[in-house]
Amino acid sequence: MTFAVLATNDCEAGAPALFVTTITMSSTNFDVEYVAELARIKLTPVEIKTFQSQLGHVLEHVEKLNAVDVSQVEPMAHSFQIYNVFREDKPRKGLDREIALSNAPRQAQGLFIVTKVVE
Amino acid sequence: MEITSLTVHETQAILRSKQVSPKELIETLGRRIELVDPSIHGYLSYDLDRAVSEAQNADVRLPLGGVPISIKDVINVKGHPCGCASKILQGYISPYDATVIAKLRAAGAIPFGRVNMDEFAMGSSTENSAFGPSRNPWDTTRAPGGSSGGSAAVVASDEAFAALGSDTGGSIRQPAALCGCVGLKPTYGRVSRFGLVAFASSLDQIGPITKDVMDAALLMNTIAGADPCDSTTLDEPVPDFTANLEKGVKGLKVGLPKEYFIEGLDPEVAKTVRAAVEHLKSLGAEVIEISLPHTEHALSTYYIIAPAEASANLARFDGVRYGFRAKEVTGLLDHYGRTREEGFGPEVKRRIVLGTYVLSSGYYDAYYLRAQKVRTLIRQDFATAFEQVDAIVCPTSPTPAFKLGERTSDPLSMYLADIFTLAANMAGICGISIPCGFLEEEGKQLPVGLQILGQELKESTVLQVAYAYEQSTDWHKMKPRPG
Repeated sequence: MTFAVLATNDCEAGAPALFVTTITMSSTNFDVEYVAELARIKLTPVEIKTFQSQLGHVLEHVEKLNAVDVSQVEPMAHSFQIYNVFREDKPRKGLDREIALSNAPRQAQGLFIVTKVVE
Repeated sequence: MEITSLTVHETQAILRSKQVSPKELIETLGRRIELVDPSIHGYLSYDLDRAVSEAQNADVRLPLGGVPISIKDVINVKGHPCGCASKILQGYISPYDATVIAKLRAAGAIPFGRVNMDEFAMGSSTENSAFGPSRNPWDTTRAPGGSSGGSAAVVASDEAFAALGSDTGGSIRQPAALCGCVGLKPTYGRVSRFGLVAFASSLDQIGPITKDVMDAALLMNTIAGADPCDSTTLDEPVPDFTANLEKGVKGLKVGLPKEYFIEGLDPEVAKTVRAAVEHLKSLGAEVIEISLPHTEHALSTYYIIAPAEASANLARFDGVRYGFRAKEVTGLLDHYGRTREEGFGPEVKRRIVLGTYVLSSGYYDAYYLRAQKVRTLIRQDFATAFEQVDAIVCPTSPTPAFKLGERTSDPLSMYLADIFTLAANMAGICGISIPCGFLEEEGKQLPVGLQILGQELKESTVLQVAYAYEQSTDWHKMKPRPG
């Protein structure tokens, strides 16, 4: 269950050296502030502190899974083996524009208004 | 006897014999809610006038004709609010019916009200609702369980004839157990998830919370079946779920998993469940001790997979197409960050952060992939067990209803409330919780739930065992006196 990162070192002359970094479950590498940024959630300093400790405990708990031998096990993606569910390629009626926009916090001229992306 | 204390099938009988009209039924229900709900807080909202006008056109000859069914706030009902008990969906009005709602309507039922839940179905007590917790009708200082705690509370306190809930890790069965109701989680893919706001898509299932086993079977007859709008539904024939109810348990083999009688299981709950198993034996079932060796890993596996899927599903709440949007934002990142900060409650944020971490670059194999592999092992445990037995019986919850506030500061202790229900979701099998006794705490009677698990698509077997137990006991007839 190790994740191997192979990297070549091209800074030095001669044959490139191989570095192998293994990534395993880790509650110590867990940085709430950074992950919350990835998840696009601003957190207050109090939340950062509380979540760091609470989720740290949860991550410590799930590390128990390291003890399970899964070397010969396929991952389960779905409870049933369902493959390629097709339907006839025929247009179906979707929501009318007016209805689709009815819950939008901001809309104009039949469009959703998004906060400015380019500064 | 109050009309509101009736089951769905009893209600149908008096509607069809014209002892009461659908309109009178709704009005009586409205009065009951007005009387009882201030002490339960099961409903987030309901529109009595709309229900009365729908009742006037109800055809009582239909399978559920004229019967109001209360709906968890996570299922879309056209024209009704659908808020997932979250601020981020405040003011949202569903533009369409979920498939289960379309099926209920076609069967003549009246989708009624929005019942309380943990925000986005994340929790085991309804204490994560942005609008305050529901209360357990047996002791209003205690939680009704969760996340479908509102559904169970309104059914138990006769503020509903039946309700729909959703179950991702036990969210139908655990509150049903804690409130003394019947709660069925169907096989994954048996019931369409179209129109159910997604939490963890590989685990979520909609199911009924009812006053007795017959009602659970009746509701399943209506809501089950393949759906072109949900490609994970199973294209399998839907049986009449009431057909096997009377068959009894004679000759059935029932497995008792030794891993479910562990430290942390309340000794009184253990005693009550063991007595229920003895009772099944006296009815002619053969009880066999079995082993589900990977049980201890279900919780860890769940708390990787469910948050991971939730972090992806909840990315859609961005304050653009619907719901809450933060004011006076300085740019797009600030817009996202603050909308989600102000819109989501703490447990939802915790799970999104946890899920984002386990899926983040480099950690996917270590957490998510490994958890999906352990999930295979959990599923194999059940497959092996079902070669030996027709059904598995165990406690639904390790404890009876706990006090409001008791577990809110320690998420892990709250997560343990689902320790006996999670594995069924991981494996995709079906399960039911039925009342199997009471125990007394602080002078209050608290219900205990018996969980009966069945193989994929074997809801009929699970209902058969449940019905045999229920009809030879009186636990389901006990009523709390809330308020």
